[in-house]
Amino acid sequence: MVRVFGLSPVRFAAMVSKEFTQMRRDRVTFAMMVGIPLLQLILFGFAINSDPKNLPTAILDNDRTAFSRDMATAMKNSAYFKFTKEISTEAEADELLRLGRIQFVLTIPQNFGRDLVRGERPVVLLEADATDPSATSNAVAAIRQAATDAFNRDLTGPLLPLRATDGPVTLRLHARYNPEAVTQYNIVPGLMGVVLTMTLVIITSLAITRERERGTMENLLITPVRPVEVLLGKMLPYIVVGYIQMGLIIIAAKVIFQVPVVGSLPLLFLVSFPFIAANLGVGITFSTIAQNQLQAVQMSFFFFLPSILLSGFMFPFQGMPEWAQWIGSVLPLTHFLRVVRGIVLKGNTFADIVPHLLPICLFLLVSLGVGVKRYRQTLD
Amino acid sequence: MTPEAPVIDVVGLTKVFGHKTVVDHLDMRVAKGEIYGFLGPNGSGKTTFIRMLCGLLRPDDGHGQCLGFDVRTQAELIKPHVGYMSQKFSLYEDMTVRENLDFIARMYAVPNRAAAIDRTIGRMNLGRFRDQLAGTLSGGWKQRLALAACMIHEPRLLLLDEPTAGVDPMARRDFWDEVHKLAGEGITALISTHYMDEAERCHRLAYIAYGHLLATGTVQEIVAAERLVTYEIAGPQLYGIIDAIRALPGVEQVVAFGVTLHVSGRDADALARSLAPYGAAPLTLRQIPSNLEEVFISLMRKAVV
Repeated sequence: MVRVFGLSPVRFAAMVSKEFTQMRRDRVTFAMMVGIPLLQLILFGFAINSDPKNLPTAILDNDRTAFSRDMATAMKNSAYFKFTKEISTEAEADELLRLGRIQFVLTIPQNFGRDLVRGERPVVLLEADATDPSATSNAVAAIRQAATDAFNRDLTGPLLPLRATDGPVTLRLHARYNPEAVTQYNIVPGLMGVVLTMTLVIITSLAITRERERGTMENLLITPVRPVEVLLGKMLPYIVVGYIQMGLIIIAAKVIFQVPVVGSLPLLFLVSFPFIAANLGVGITFSTIAQNQLQAVQMSFFFFLPSILLSGFMFPFQGMPEWAQWIGSVLPLTHFLRVVRGIVLKGNTFADIVPHLLPICLFLLVSLGVGVKRYRQTLD
Repeated sequence: MTPEAPVIDVVGLTKVFGHKTVVDHLDMRVAKGEIYGFLGPNGSGKTTFIRMLCGLLRPDDGHGQCLGFDVRTQAELIKPHVGYMSQKFSLYEDMTVRENLDFIARMYAVPNRAAAIDRTIGRMNLGRFRDQLAGTLSGGWKQRLALAACMIHEPRLLLLDEPTAGVDPMARRDFWDEVHKLAGEGITALISTHYMDEAERCHRLAYIAYGHLLATGTVQEIVAAERLVTYEIAGPQLYGIIDAIRALPGVEQVVAFGVTLHVSGRDADALARSLAPYGAAPLTLRQIPSNLEEVFISLMRKAVV
């Protein structure tokens, strides 16, 4: 018998083959081992874009001349801006920014074309929602170039001197909500949603699985207890846990990171309820599927991964391709991030965040419904 | 429900897992106040059958009643009156004795809960473990706690699935004394077991193998019905002759019992002829009454064939 450093090849081969056999038997783990790298590859490789383009922009064109249209076209050609709305008042611009419907508002003043030709370098205002600084910085750089290029075709002959080094127009940037572009202002409130998603889904996914794995489910099911009592009884303690986590993060945000809290904290706590419950619903659903606690944790990560990557937490939502935005729109974290950032950084009111609450509530109903439907009152 | 009506009365109860029929059209009647022993080899469907009676599993076929309620449709009405003890300890190991009992009592909405818990703790002598974590109890005490938990709501029927597996003889005896006391109070008990001494303490028995009911009745009835004849061979160097005896006509099983061999078969004449040579010195041969274990092993072999 050949022995290498006391290792028996026969026993070693037996171990390896045993591990492969068990790996094959545990289908879920196997799926995760293949699924997680694939998912990461797809998400990081395609969906994540740290140089977001086609950012939704509203235009307030008070000039309506060939020059103002050239300005807009040049911006569009830079690929960073996508004009999604044409508006006519300053109030509309504020509203759209506050609700997070658009990333930028471009305001072109009256007599823009006339002033340009006169060489008076008219002022173009670009207002940016800077809650997420990384979403806007490249676009802001691009607009300078666009403003210069836009008029090269027009500024010929006698107007040629206007192609001065300063450029034919004056660009004024107005970063809203996070003017100093402090990354923490964006990350810390977002972290609240991420932490809630991660911990609550994992903990609840373990809750029922643990009972089944330890055999205590049998004793529970033999009692006259109703499914809704089991499910809600398991959820309630974690709702409390969720609120404690929120409280800690808010304190940390204020004390450690000095994030300015503009909106109402009681409102934030109130509207967090459906989000917390939605995550618990996911956990409960997982725990009715998972065979053991390890599988439950794996499933939780399978949910957590797209949540953190496609929700707009790590990378600007608007910068993702459309299909990734579709997936992101399903996830409660995506909408909760808008709620948290809206309330904390922009002072959103209840009416402002209703559009983001509805998808969370819908997700809650579906996830809880699936969990309740899958929950078995027998050991079948 | 009249006193005469059976507590359990099921016909054709069947459970199929995938392609395997675990319980195959089983009938059972258990009268009130009876201690009904449920025997059979591992994997014979005992646990599955018990779980169907109390609503933990849905029967795939068959019908019947348990405590006057339909086993298929009224599981929720059966549960409040049944005390079930699973094979594996299934209370919360990370909770104390008292916390576990309190939880179970709440589940059943036991009136005067604190008093009921104290009474149960007293009755089962669990007083000194009251605030100890259930996971730290020894096997025998865990089993007593489990019994306490399944009788705290004063059930009319106890379903005990191998309650004494892995418990020492002393604790087993105490446990059975307790079961008999409960039966005296009118509680019916269906108990599965592998121990023959426990089987002999039951009023009636059912023996199942591979999902089929092979025998029912009292110990005497079952032994008599099997018509098994047993001889005892005593003497030195018995080990060397076991294979030879096993091959003889009429011999169905040979079991070594200490310094003797028990040889059994149902064909009395053939067995007597075959064993006659083994009566010569230094061996001795005599006929003895068949015991329950020999009968069960015989039943099991028949089931395999």
